[in-house]
Amino acid sequence: MKEVQDQIRSCTVNMIRIKCPYCGERDHSEFAYGGDASIKYPALDASKDEWTKAIFFRENIRGFQKETWHHLNGCRMWLEVERCTLTHEIKSVKPCHPELQKIMASSK
Amino acid sequence: MKSKRLDNYGKINREKIFSFSWDNKNYYGFDGDSLASALLANNIQIVGRSFKYHRPRGIMSCGVEESGGLVTVGSHDRKDPNVRATTQELYQGLVATGQNAFPNVNFDLGEVNNYLSRFFAAGFYYKTFMGIPPFEWGSGTSIWMLFEKIIRKAAGMGKLSRLPDPDNYEHANDFCDILIVGSGPSGIAAAKEAADKKLDVILVEQDSILGGDQIAETDFDFKSARDELKNLGVRIMNRTTAFGLYDNCVLGLLERITDHVGEKNENLPRQRFWTIRAKHIIVGSGALERHVSFNNNDIPGVMTVNASKHYLNRYGVLTGQDIVITTNNDSVYQTAQLLFQAGAKVTVLDSRKEVNLEENISDGIQIRFGSVPYNIKGSRRINSLEIADASHSPYKNIDTINCDQVLISGGWSPAIHLLSHRGVRASWNAENLCFLPGDTKENITMVGSARGIWNKDDCIKSGIAGTLDAMNKMGLPKTNYFFPKEGGWKNSIKPLYEVKYNKSRSKSFVDYQHDVTADDVRLAHREGFISVEHLKRYTTLGMANDQGKMGNIIGLSLMAELLNKEIPEVGTTVFRPPYTPISIGALAGRNVGKHFRPLRVTPMHQWNLDNGAIMIEAGLYQRPWYFPKKNETLSEAYIRETTIVRQSVGMCDVTSLGKIAIQGPDATEFINRLYTNPFAKLPINKTRYGIMLRDDGIVMDDGTSWRLSENEYLMTTSTAQAGKVMSWLEELLQVRWTDLKVNVTSISEQWAAAAVSGPKSREVIQKCVEDPSLIENEKLPFMGFISTNLKGGIPCRIVRISFSGELGYEVYIVSDYANTMANLLWEEIQKFDGCLYGLEALGALRVEKGHVTGAELDGRVTIEDAGLEKMASTKKSYIGSAMRKRGILDSEDREQLVGFFPVNKNETFDAGTIVCEKNNIKGFGIGRITSVTHSPELGHWIGIGFVKGGKAKWENTTLIGSDPVRNKQMELQVVSPHMIDPEGTRMHA
Ligand SMILES: [Zn+2]
Repeated sequence: MKEVQDQIRSCTVNMIRIKCPYCGERDHSEFAYGGDASIKYPALDASKDEWTKAIFFRENIRGFQKETWHHLNGCRMWLEVERCTLTHEIKSVKPCHPELQKIMASSK
Repeated sequence: MKSKRLDNYGKINREKIFSFSWDNKNYYGFDGDSLASALLANNIQIVGRSFKYHRPRGIMSCGVEESGGLVTVGSHDRKDPNVRATTQELYQGLVATGQNAFPNVNFDLGEVNNYLSRFFAAGFYYKTFMGIPPFEWGSGTSIWMLFEKIIRKAAGMGKLSRLPDPDNYEHANDFCDILIVGSGPSGIAAAKEAADKKLDVILVEQDSILGGDQIAETDFDFKSARDELKNLGVRIMNRTTAFGLYDNCVLGLLERITDHVGEKNENLPRQRFWTIRAKHIIVGSGALERHVSFNNNDIPGVMTVNASKHYLNRYGVLTGQDIVITTNNDSVYQTAQLLFQAGAKVTVLDSRKEVNLEENISDGIQIRFGSVPYNIKGSRRINSLEIADASHSPYKNIDTINCDQVLISGGWSPAIHLLSHRGVRASWNAENLCFLPGDTKENITMVGSARGIWNKDDCIKSGIAGTLDAMNKMGLPKTNYFFPKEGGWKNSIKPLYEVKYNKSRSKSFVDYQHDVTADDVRLAHREGFISVEHLKRYTTLGMANDQGKMGNIIGLSLMAELLNKEIPEVGTTVFRPPYTPISIGALAGRNVGKHFRPLRVTPMHQWNLDNGAIMIEAGLYQRPWYFPKKNETLSEAYIRETTIVRQSVGMCDVTSLGKIAIQGPDATEFINRLYTNPFAKLPINKTRYGIMLRDDGIVMDDGTSWRLSENEYLMTTSTAQAGKVMSWLEELLQVRWTDLKVNVTSISEQWAAAAVSGPKSREVIQKCVEDPSLIENEKLPFMGFISTNLKGGIPCRIVRISFSGELGYEVYIVSDYANTMANLLWEEIQKFDGCLYGLEALGALRVEKGHVTGAELDGRVTIEDAGLEKMASTKKSYIGSAMRKRGILDSEDREQLVGFFPVNKNETFDAGTIVCEKNNIKGFGIGRITSVTHSPELGHWIGIGFVKGGKAKWENTTLIGSDPVRNKQMELQVVSPHMIDPEGTRMHA
């Protein structure tokens, strides 16, 4: 029966909890929502139009979207989270910073 | 009607006798009684008065769906209104009173409403507030507002104590594999199966004992059921209601810990609010028996059939002597037999023509097929029941049966509330005349009669299947399982929702708690409120605290009939949490009083208090507000403090400012991109005031940055924005500018800071440092800073900066030395007859100088609006530079920062005052005053704020300050916001 327990432990349960790559799985109340992670912010000297698009134009996605969350009351890492807007299911979590991504991946 | 306790019935503990008080009289009951069963055992029939009409009401059920027995329990500050007598456990010394009645429920003056009922029909409020047709007389006038108060007083339920809640409440969290709601046959079966499979199981039961409907079975032993489950390792949570089901199998529970004990243990919370995360949830929440709408179907003595069985077999109370059971389904016959055996005279009215009964029914029970209840005669108790022929429409009275109790069963509704919380629509089952739970992809399984299964054996099978289903969904080895089909009665149920009364002024109740009648539903239909959601809001059907547990389906069926539709076409209303009411205290938990939110204090907090500070909240921080001498008021104190700072010297704790260490080879580039003004060439040991914009060009915050070395800065932020700026810098570095080699660290709490301001401040600082020559004007000019030592070798940073407009310094020190620093400075300040000053004087000093803070930088203001356009570089790009001149932000007509003087220098004004042109005092005006103070130097009140067109447009025009909230108006003169020493000679001195 121990294997039953193990299987249960490893099965994915979709709760509103975010697996911080540094701190582990934590309640979402430790995090602050950032915004749309798919936005590529233009250069500071880019045109008003480019900035307008980046700041004000958003998709209203029904399903999985990439978004940023800040582990405010934890390690303070900014994370890129793939979350379903219908079910809150979280598909993936990774550091926003590419170097941190590499470090986290290599330390696994 | 006479209800009484029987000797050989029930599962109460007769060894333990409790005395309790009902409406100031003492009675006795037993351990294991509910308040309702104890009242019935004492033959107390009228326990409440109805919401609108003040009709006498009795106990109508034995559970959470109770609509009649809403009472007030407890006294003084532990008074709890609208408690269901049916779910309140009896305890020694319990004090309960009837409610919504004066002087009491037996004799209630409010009963006059019953005779004025035509004024209180559905939509009464909406109509009266629109005025009386044809001229809408009285519309919107104070007459109706007055009436509203009187009516509201007459209508209603229990009264609050209005005293602070003396009890504690707790929040708790837990986890499990499977959480099972309900301990009926299906829930217990599911729990056993899951425990057997070595799963971690929590079984939640709202009742004090386990068993659900089985409790009313003579051979069911709730204690051994509990022991068996405990031995299997099931975690049992009784007296716990699963009130809401949320995303991803998160369940909200309310555990009642001391509501059933007389002597409160101060160490225990009254209730515990649980958040449980389960991998799978099995809902065996049972079904609720419905009633039928017919005239006077609310007279005390009316009850659901199954409730009567529970009173008999659980509490040993026979609820009537001469009982008529009315039904349209098979579920009542066992109860009829039990009541008959217990000594009651029993007549069954079955609306169906032919019924093939399985059970052996005693010959003494009279069964009248094809008949329905038509009208109850009696007002305070049942005298007789008029009956009608079920097939004869319109109905008319064909016979009268003398009786003292009418038990009703109009069918059963599965308790699908928790699934409804998940947005799952129920589906109508025409065969069983009930809504069945819809399908869900979530890890939730409905079992037992919550699934529409009536037969006990099938309920048990469904419970086992529920656990196998859960294991299957959790990815455990597949096992075959199937759910028994819903239903299970031998004879099919026949629709019976209302037996329409043919005389006018009928009172056929649909929703007892809100006094909604069948006529109200018809009225709503006539007036066009035919959508279920409109029906609900117009009649308030289903909006009482039982959320229409008994009445909703009757209301729907009536509307369906009126619309010539089927019930599923009319729809169903959505249930929302909580399943049963929750006290506000439980939601708040420990977050009350001082613990409402975190408290932040500076390392000088105690020092400030010791030196006489009165504190004020600034965000989460406690900051000194003012330091009164003996009997000084706030005004007297801050005016004195302000005056002394301008004349001599003062000191203020400014630790709450945000402080961020910025380090790394790209630190300069990073800072230069953040601020609107140039920072690329800031020399080492110099500081600069800077403005940060948001991406959209609006001002985010202001502060200073000091260059400590080539690659190291210290940034200060406003107190209010400290957290936000820190997150913002982290976001930029981790998300947007990932190529920059910069690290940011919050050091707000590691460093304490004191501002020393006034013409004598240099002399004070010089006395406090090891090397006074470093503080000379040439060595430490305006906006310079040094790292040096205070006397005694304590390292510190001193920045020459001024928020007050006077010569001023801020001394920063490692927090542990804050008190040493404060003592050192204060000793010298006193030699100059200086003072300590608080936030109020700090505000006065900065308003005189026209310095902006959060009151002005409110997230709507551009850098131009704030009069700081000189700080917006045109030579570099920075955050917000592309957007700050977009469209509306670039309009000539924008409000600009100005100063305000009252024309009559004796007048005062307040922040929030609307600025208008003289002959156009209305709406938003042309501006607003954001900060005000008395200026000791100018000798009158001054303010800063915004006005369209700014000083240039209005400096020679008198404007009007309009303060409708305080009913004030004053004439205003627009001046420069820099009202004192505009050239800045003092701070450069
Ligand atoms: Zn973390």
